[in-house]
Amino acid sequence: MAQIFHRSANSIAKASILGGLILVVGLLWAALQLQRSPYFTYAGVARPQPVPFPHQHHVAGLGIDCRYCHTTVEVSGFAGIPPTRTCMNCHSQIWTAAPMLEPVRESLRTGKSLVWTRANDLPDFVYFDHSIHVNKGVGCNTCHGRVDQMPLMYNQASLQMEWCLNCHRDPAKNLRPHYVKEDPKNPATMGDQIFNMAYQEPSDSHPVTIREGNTYKTFTSQTGPDGLGTYLAAVNHVRSPRDITSCNTCHR
Amino acid sequence: MEHAPETKSSETMERLLPGQSPVLLPGHTLETITDKIVSIVLRRPVTLGWVGGFAFFFGLLNLMLLAMAWLFIRGTGIWGINVPVGWGFAIVNFVWWVGIGHAGTLISAILLLVKQGWRNSINRFAEAMTLFAVACAGVFPLIHTGRPWLAYWLFPYPNTMGVWPQFRSPLLWDVFAVSTYATISALFWFVGLLPDLATFRDAATNPVAKRIYGLLAMGWRGSARHWKRYESAYVLLAGLAAPLVLSVHTVVSFDFAISIIPGWHTTVFPPYFVAGAIYSGFAMVLVLAIPIRHFYGVQDMMTMRHLDNAAKVMLGTGLIVAYGYSMEAFYAYYSGSLYEWFVLKNRMMGPLAWSYWCLIIFNVLIPQVLWIRKVRLYPPALFCTSVVILFGMWLERFVIVVTSLHRDFLPSSWGMYVATKWDYMTYLGTLGLFFCAMFLFIRLMPMITIFEMRLLVPQSKLSEEAAHD
Repeated sequence: MAQIFHRSANSIAKASILGGLILVVGLLWAALQLQRSPYFTYAGVARPQPVPFPHQHHVAGLGIDCRYCHTTVEVSGFAGIPPTRTCMNCHSQIWTAAPMLEPVRESLRTGKSLVWTRANDLPDFVYFDHSIHVNKGVGCNTCHGRVDQMPLMYNQASLQMEWCLNCHRDPAKNLRPHYVKEDPKNPATMGDQIFNMAYQEPSDSHPVTIREGNTYKTFTSQTGPDGLGTYLAAVNHVRSPRDITSCNTCHR
Repeated sequence: MEHAPETKSSETMERLLPGQSPVLLPGHTLETITDKIVSIVLRRPVTLGWVGGFAFFFGLLNLMLLAMAWLFIRGTGIWGINVPVGWGFAIVNFVWWVGIGHAGTLISAILLLVKQGWRNSINRFAEAMTLFAVACAGVFPLIHTGRPWLAYWLFPYPNTMGVWPQFRSPLLWDVFAVSTYATISALFWFVGLLPDLATFRDAATNPVAKRIYGLLAMGWRGSARHWKRYESAYVLLAGLAAPLVLSVHTVVSFDFAISIIPGWHTTVFPPYFVAGAIYSGFAMVLVLAIPIRHFYGVQDMMTMRHLDNAAKVMLGTGLIVAYGYSMEAFYAYYSGSLYEWFVLKNRMMGPLAWSYWCLIIFNVLIPQVLWIRKVRLYPPALFCTSVVILFGMWLERFVIVVTSLHRDFLPSSWGMYVATKWDYMTYLGTLGLFFCAMFLFIRLMPMITIFEMRLLVPQSKLSEEAAHD
């Protein structure tokens, strides 16, 4: 009886066993990578906005505090998007004829709000509260990134649940003090550190000194038993990872 | 049918013969066995009866596709489920189908390990039945989520949510039990097919068919080395599959038994679920075997002995199931639990009492006719009994799911369950899927294991003995 397959079919059959395995594993790996890529998360991708508002210029260049525009970030779940009048506080005096700002002036004339595209947008089934994070010591740039270096706004983090849980499972690594011992030579030590974009966590070369009662306490590490984060988690009464990773903490 | 007159007379002869009939009627040689099984697929023309039957079940299958399309558009609200009965037809049908699959594994794995020669002619299609039944069962967990495109969330993989599935939930154990079961069953079926696919490859005259069977046979040449490896692989797979007969339906019963709902929270569930699974599985084997041996004239290979043995297995497992029902009732009384006692009373005398009493009649009373030898040896009666048992086993799951849920602890949250037309369409549709697959299988694959049947021929016994001398 004649052979129906060439003898090379033997090698092809053997290779297909390994090839099939590699293909399946490779496809799964690629799918997981794709799901975490900016293609899905938009991390680092600037969105088109009605006015190309540069956070970099306003924060780093002019030194405007976050809370000048995002007024309710310390007291409410929603940080607040500034009304047109907040823009016009300055822009009624400077750049009054700039064509780029025409949508802002039109908004003021017509009373219709500017419609910004949110970069850091969580799904509706996630309950998120800014005030608790700010008050327990999570800095703005921990989640939002160096906004003072962003010409146009984008979300730095993936905003995926594993990213949220990464901190909720071990909050101490991201906590910072509201106030540190002021150093006249370093203006960054003045004011609330939560809103300090350039805050550095304590290290041996860069210790962080905070006030404790009438004395000062210096930290040279963030985590560990002597770490600043561990200390802050205790004094700020941050609840246990078991509590803050419970489903209904965020999905209510 | 050319075989008809001959087999008719041999069947009559079998019934007249005292004692047990053989597993292969006399008159066969090695050549006639191969020829007969091969000719069913390769030489028998497509008959009108086959086309008609296939078209009917294909219509049912399309009913399911219709119901599923509407389900995906509108969500599970189109079903009869609501508070308090959140588990309706989907789980009833799932458990029913998974149970039916068990007979295939029992026949192919456990009966192989305990060296029961009579399994040889029915194991192949029983294994196919297992595969198709598990496929039908798999439909329901997928679609009952309402968002089946997210069903992969059931599997533990490093997802972007940073969480694992709930490993303490029996519903997750179910995912593993059923997917393991499907994998092992498919592997076992395919490995068993290899030598026969090679026979088909050699016997086929159509060059396309020759190539397809050749591809599937994976280069089987039937050398002594092939057979040696084949035998060890087959027994190993049988060893892997055998515990699944017990474990899969045990895990399925945990879906209920692990909860604290009165009527579900019972330790008798695992053993009596397994017995019920084999019970319904053998009923399905007979529902398939009796028409197949009639229409394809293979009464000489699927003999009265097979029907008789299958009926006896049904009788045995049916009695275990009946014991399960009586223990359920006894413990409702003996536990002293007000709620257990209420569930029992509600089952027997509540608004769904009809389902409980139909279940007792179908599953406990009617199958007692199998004690009578004449019934076991009369295929039409056996067929009807098997259909009744299949209905009964479906009702068993209905009674467990619905009557336990619809009146639980708080009278304020009592309710009724009425299945909608979409529920029925989906259920009938899986029947369509199952029988369509069976119809195709019979026309495309060797439904009886050729090489194992050849072992039953006296000729092969003689040469074996000669080899031993």
